[in-house]
Order: sequence, then structure tokens, then C-alpha cells
Amino acid sequence: MSLTTLLIIVLASAATAYMLGRTRSHQVAKPIGGVRNLAALPSYYASLMGLWALIPALFLIALWSMFDGPIIDSLVKASMPETAKNLSSEDFSLVMSQVQSAANGINTGSALGAEYQSAINKLVGLNESSAKWMPILTIMVVVLGGLLGFRLIKAEHNARYAVERVFNATLIICSTIAIFTTFGIVFSVLFESINFFQKVPFTEFLFGTHWSPQIAIRADQTGASGSFGVIPLIVGTLLISFIALLIAVPVGLMSAIYLSEYASPRFRGFAKPALEVLAGVPTVVYGFFAALTVAPAIRNAGDAVRDWGAKNGIEFLAALNVSSESALAAGLVMGVMIIPFVSSLSDDVINAVPQSLRDGSFGLGATQSETIKKVIFPAALPGIVGGILLAASRAIGETMIVVMAAGLAANLTVNPLEAVTTVTVQIVTLLVGDQEFDSAKTLAAFALGLFLFVITLALNVIALRVVKKYREQYD
Amino acid sequence: MTDSATNAMNERKQKRVARLAKRHRAESRFKWYGRISIGFGIACVLLLFTDIISKGTGAFTQTYINLEIEFSEDKLKLTPLSSEKEIKAASFGSFFKKTVREQFPDVKGRKEKRALYAMFTSDAPLILRNLVLEDPSIIGSTRTISLIADDDFDTYYKHSYGKGLSSEDEIGRLNDFQKSLVGRFVDAGMVEKRFNTIFFTNADSREPELAGIRGAIMGSLLTLMVTLVLSFPIAVATAIYLEEFAPKNKITDFIEVNINNLAAVPSVIFGLLGLAVFINFFGMPRSVPLVGGFVLTLMTLPTIIISSRAAIKAVPPSIRDAALGMGASKVQTVLHHVLPLAMPGMLTGTIIGMAQALGETAPLLMIGMVAFIVDTPASVTDAATVLPVQIYLWSDSPERAFVEKTSAAIMVLLTFLIFMNSLAVWLRKKLERRW
Repeated sequence: MSLTTLLIIVLASAATAYMLGRTRSHQVAKPIGGVRNLAALPSYYASLMGLWALIPALFLIALWSMFDGPIIDSLVKASMPETAKNLSSEDFSLVMSQVQSAANGINTGSALGAEYQSAINKLVGLNESSAKWMPILTIMVVVLGGLLGFRLIKAEHNARYAVERVFNATLIICSTIAIFTTFGIVFSVLFESINFFQKVPFTEFLFGTHWSPQIAIRADQTGASGSFGVIPLIVGTLLISFIALLIAVPVGLMSAIYLSEYASPRFRGFAKPALEVLAGVPTVVYGFFAALTVAPAIRNAGDAVRDWGAKNGIEFLAALNVSSESALAAGLVMGVMIIPFVSSLSDDVINAVPQSLRDGSFGLGATQSETIKKVIFPAALPGIVGGILLAASRAIGETMIVVMAAGLAANLTVNPLEAVTTVTVQIVTLLVGDQEFDSAKTLAAFALGLFLFVITLALNVIALRVVKKYREQYD
Repeated sequence: MTDSATNAMNERKQKRVARLAKRHRAESRFKWYGRISIGFGIACVLLLFTDIISKGTGAFTQTYINLEIEFSEDKLKLTPLSSEKEIKAASFGSFFKKTVREQFPDVKGRKEKRALYAMFTSDAPLILRNLVLEDPSIIGSTRTISLIADDDFDTYYKHSYGKGLSSEDEIGRLNDFQKSLVGRFVDAGMVEKRFNTIFFTNADSREPELAGIRGAIMGSLLTLMVTLVLSFPIAVATAIYLEEFAPKNKITDFIEVNINNLAAVPSVIFGLLGLAVFINFFGMPRSVPLVGGFVLTLMTLPTIIISSRAAIKAVPPSIRDAALGMGASKVQTVLHHVLPLAMPGMLTGTIIGMAQALGETAPLLMIGMVAFIVDTPASVTDAATVLPVQIYLWSDSPERAFVEKTSAAIMVLLTFLIFMNSLAVWLRKKLERRW
């Protein structure tokens, strides 16, 4: 019986228990003058019975699926010959997987000696009994739980309390998932990063200026030891993010100012959603746009300028060389992507500036633009800075645009016309495809992930602080 | 009044007028900056959409070559009574080549012949075999069969053929001989353009003319289903707890800080989490919608929680007071009154979160949903890819025809997203109450 069928059976039995509980509570209520003389509504008794049938069984299934593998493994290990027990852990896992495939009836062609036959038989037997006993025990637990719930249907017992306690506990468990996620992120990147820093010194990672994560495949290979200096990646990331912010901040800010201070409601009603379309477009679409439309366009423009320069004898133009994976293309498109982000954040901030400040400024004879530049903008500045920081963290963490449009070569340069690579690009390239978890190459991705997480988290925390402070100022 | 005093006054007045004019110029300049910014933003939207649409519309038509085929018993060495096994064993490859050669008897030479066969999709023999398998009675008869043209043929025919372009401007990688072959096919009236159903009914393929998005759409659907089933109840429960039940203490604050921070964690980090925890630690299989759904759930949870909390906050306290006053318990108040009233807002947030999840690529790359998968996934534990990842994969392919397919897949993705977002907007307008 598969796990899914078992789960369906358990759920169906719980539903049946609910129905039974309902009927039973009406039965209980009849002799004592109806439902109103029960301590709780029939639906609560029914829920209680259903929950008793459901929750213990679910626990059993969860525990069983978690522990049957390890327990069976250790039992099988016990029945293996002495030679196998003395093997190193890697060799042992190899033997174990051979035993497993033999038990599943797959002929791997590898010759396991006859001394393993008892282990194989044991594994087959244990697997069979596990598969047999889990449903039987589960259904027993369902029935027992249901019976217990059934016995709790009494007029003086208030079932509502118990049901509400379960409800509350469920809510609490759900809300702790956010905490577990954060811990999961921190620990998963931290552990692998620690492994990584045992292979590559921390200072070399942080201050090295050369990034080429190729690892020698054979031990005696030369020249491919891999170097993990993160500086070129940081410079590349900052360069692309800077270009993006150079586009997004002025455009987003001016759009927000125009929309909130000048635009008629009708124009606002049209332009604001139109700009927000940019926020809804998936990043992979931007990446495609950057790689196939913007980058070639920039390259062609660069070539045209170079030819023109060569014709007119302007030397520095004639030497112009635009890479087809230029940082400029990725940055431009990323900037377009962040425009709505900046504009909606600035819009909120500008709208939060009290009207009295505007009125005061107009009363002194300032024009509208002067009011904006000299009164509203300074008042909104902390909020706008917070918004820009959030936008920066978005740009640094953006992945698909740079994966598709920026290069893989880690050039240490600030020339936006050359190809650079970013932290996120390297994470993706290092991890896509098959990988082993013990090579420095794979672990490097986690170290980069840790780095990225820390940077974006710091930016977010600072930004949220600034915005919060600013809000308090006018509340 | 002396002259000098009048002069000074005039001068001041002139200066004032000049200054005012300057200020007004600055005003209108400033306004123009705003207009230009908005214009730039909207121009970007238009550019993006026209670029994608102009690149992608071609993929919705597919070129077919109508070939008259005599399913002769001699050539196939089959009879209408042949068994399935015999049909399967028959050599349709050489039969197809022979048939094509007969139609163009003047094509001589190995290279030219090969170019001729390459006008058709490489699956052509298979298509013929399936036809015969379906209906063995066609053996011995002559039928006109529409065969899919090869992607190079298709690209050339759709974009360059008969447009009078110079050979440099022509798209595709056909050589002159192949181009002349296309001309002959067209002159013989064998070429036909039809709506491309293959694009919607096939999964991925190495051959652009056979590649479709069905597998990716199914993968996306399964992944989103897992995401929805997990994230909606968890997010709603979290929002209810935080808004209605949670005591104001350190733990609650910590949960809130976590949620706000998770909302801003780059998506690629969630991919790392999925890889390290779900695949490496729990040993779940790679490339499956189930794990993809888990990762996307963790990613979309903050979005849904935040909007659900806003929706609960918007329910006025008087409702709660009235329910409590009538003797309802706290749980009853929430379940019977607050939750139904907040539901439209929660649904809106959920749809927006789902739209986000549908467009997400990076974390799914990390958990291996980038494999080349020809089968349409049927369950959440089958290896699958999703629409955005398919777009990413195709955009990397060198064939010109895949650019067209990529854009078309983007159009499909955007259609889904526009639909979901408009649904959210409609829901908000229709169902949300203003108190």
C-alpha cells in the first residue's frame, strides 16, 4: 500500500469519525432534552472525535516514515559478515546500496559474495514486514483514537475547549514556519560555508582578486587548483547594480513625484498600473529581453561608434570594444525592472508627508517644484533613502537577468562595456547540474550564498529601520 | 522722485520679472522631467511587449509539407493484414526516403539527397509508421500526408521566402540549394501554413519543430498546486495567529521580523535552502514538482501572510466586539466572522503570490528542474520542468527557431500572469468591502 493511499484512507476514516461523532452527540442529546443541554455544540464533539482519529495516526505515519529506513539499515548491518562491518563508511555505503539493489531484485552485475545472502534476505524480510505493519498499525491507531473520541461525547464534557486548543496549536505551529525557514537558510548556507572555509582560507576568499572555480579532476593535474577570490564578483555585482540604480532611481523617483503631486486622477489611474506592469513581468523575460534585444543593440551601437571613430581619426573611439555580454545591457534592463519598485516606495513616502508642510510652503509663495525640491523632498529623504536601499538589495540579489545577459568570466573591471560576472550568476553556474557536496566548487556556491544573504539582510534591516524612523516622525 | 530712484525701481522690477520667469521655467522643466520619466517607463513596457510579440507570433504557425505517399505493399513489405509487430519492424526510414526521392527524381548526389530529406522533420518516418499502425488498411493506397517541415525550412519559409530580401538579410541557415528546394516545394503547391498545435500538445524536444510547452505547463501547474495547497492554509493560519491570538511578546516580534526579512531575501537563496535541506538532507528526488512546490511555498509565504494580515486588520473591531458580546468564543469569532470578511483580501494576496511563484525561475534551477525532459509529468513526483525554466532553457539554444519558440512561450506565460493579476484586481474591486 503506498503512502498516498494510506493517507487517503486515514483522512476518509477521520471524516467518517466526524460523521459518527455528530450522530452520536445527537443521540446523547436526545434523552436530556436536545442539543441545548450539551456542554458544546454537536459539531465540536464531532470534530473532537475526528481529530482523535486523525492526529495520532498522522504522527505514527510521520515517525514511521522517518525512522524505518535507519532502523532497517542498522538491523541489516548487524547481519552482515564481519569484513563488511570493518569497511570505511564510503565503502560500506557502496556495499549497502548493492545489497539494496539485490533485495529489490535488480541485477547490478556486481558480485556480492554468498556471505551477504543473509543480509539480503533480512532486508527483503524487513522491508516486507515494514510495508505490511505500517498500514495495519496505522488503522488500529485510527480506530483506537476514534473510540477514545467517541467515549468523550458526554453531555457534561465541553468538547469545544479541546478543539480550540488544537486549533490554537495549529496556528502556532504554522506561524513558526517562518522562523524555521530563516533558521533553515542560515544553517544550510552556514554549514556548507564552514566546510568551504576549511578548504579555502577565509581571507583568500574575501580579499582574493582572482576567481576561477575549476578544480583539478585528477590529483596529479596541474594548473587547475581553482582560486576563490570574491573581489571580481563583488565588483561585477556592484557595477551592474549601480547601473541599474542609475536608471531606476531618477526615473522611479520623478515618476512618483509627478504622479503624486502633478498628475490628474485620471492620468494617475492609467499611468500607475501601466508602470506596475513592469513589476509583474517575470525576471526570466527580462533576461531574454536583455540577452537577445538590448545586448545586441548596445553592441551594434558600440561597433557603429567605433567605425565612426576610426573614420574620423578619433583614437579612443576607434579602440572601443563592446562585449556582447556587457554589464551595461544587464544593468539597463535590471534598472527598468526596478523602476516600479522605486516609484511605488517613493510614492508611499511622498504621500506620507503632511499636507500642512505643502500648504506652508505655498503660502510663502513657493512654486510647486520649489515646494517639492525644498520642502517635500528633504522631509521625505529618509524614506526615499530606505527605498533606494531596498531597491539596491533587490538589484544585488537579482539572478535571472544576469544569468542570461551577463558573462561568466570574472573580469575585475569597472568598464560597463566589458563582460563581468556577479555573485548570483556564480551561484547558479556552480550548482546547476550534478554536483558532489564535498568539492570546494559546490561549497563555494554556499559561501557566496551566505555572503549574499548577509549583504541583502543588512541592507533590508537598515532600510526598514530608516523607513520606520521616518514614519514615526509624522505619525 | 529722482531719476536714479525710478531707475533702481525699474531695475528691481526687471530683475523680479526675470527671476519669476526663471522660476516658472524651472517649474515647467521639473514637470517635464516627471513626464519624461513616466514616458520612459511606459515606453519600456511597450518596447518589451512589442519585442516579444514580434519575435513570438511566428511560432504560432507551423509549416507543413503535403506529400503524396503511396503506401505500396512492395516497398513496405507489408499487407493490410500485417500484425502490429510486423509493422513496427518495417523500415519506414528507407521507405520515406524512397518516396521523397521519387517525387524529386532529378535530385542526385548524396549531399543533395540528404538536404532533401532534411526538409522534413526527422520524425517523419515515425509519423508514417504511427499512421500505418493506427489504420493498417491504408497499406496499398495512396494518401496525401501533411508532414511537419524541418525548423530551418519553417524559419526560412515564414520569414524570408519570397520577400525579395538580399541573401544577407535572409534568416536561417539553409544553403542556396536548400533554398531552391523550398522554392520547388512551394511551386508544387505542397507547402501549407497552419496553426501550430504541436507547440501546445508536445513537451520539450531537441528538434525545434517538435518542441512544445505542454510538459512545462503541466510542470508549472503541478508545482503551483503544491504551492497553493501548502502556502494558503499556512499563511492564513499565521496571519490569524499574529493578528488575533498572539500575545505581544518577544517571540511574536521575532516571528514578525522573520517574515518581513524573508520577504526580501533573494529568491536564489531559497534555491540554496531547497538544495541543502530538501534534497541533500531529506534525500528528496531532484527535478520534481513536489520539491519545487516546497521551495516556492517558503518563498511566497511572506507575501501571502503580509496581505492576509492587512485583510484581517481591515475588518473593523466592532464586528469582533459584537460577536464576543453575543457569547461567541474567540475562535468562533475569528472563524465565523473575521475570516469570511477578510477572505477576499486573502484570496487577492494569494493569487498575487501564486503569480509570483509562476514566474519564478532561479530557485527552481538550483533544485534541478532544468533537466531536459521529453515526457509530460503526470504526478508531483515525476521529473518535470516549469514554464519559466523552459524559457530559460530554450533561450540558450542556438537554433533560430528556438528564439521564436521562446518568445511564444513567454507570451503564454505572460497571458497566464495577466489573467491571474486581473483576476486579483477584479476580486479586490468586486468583493472587498470598504468599512
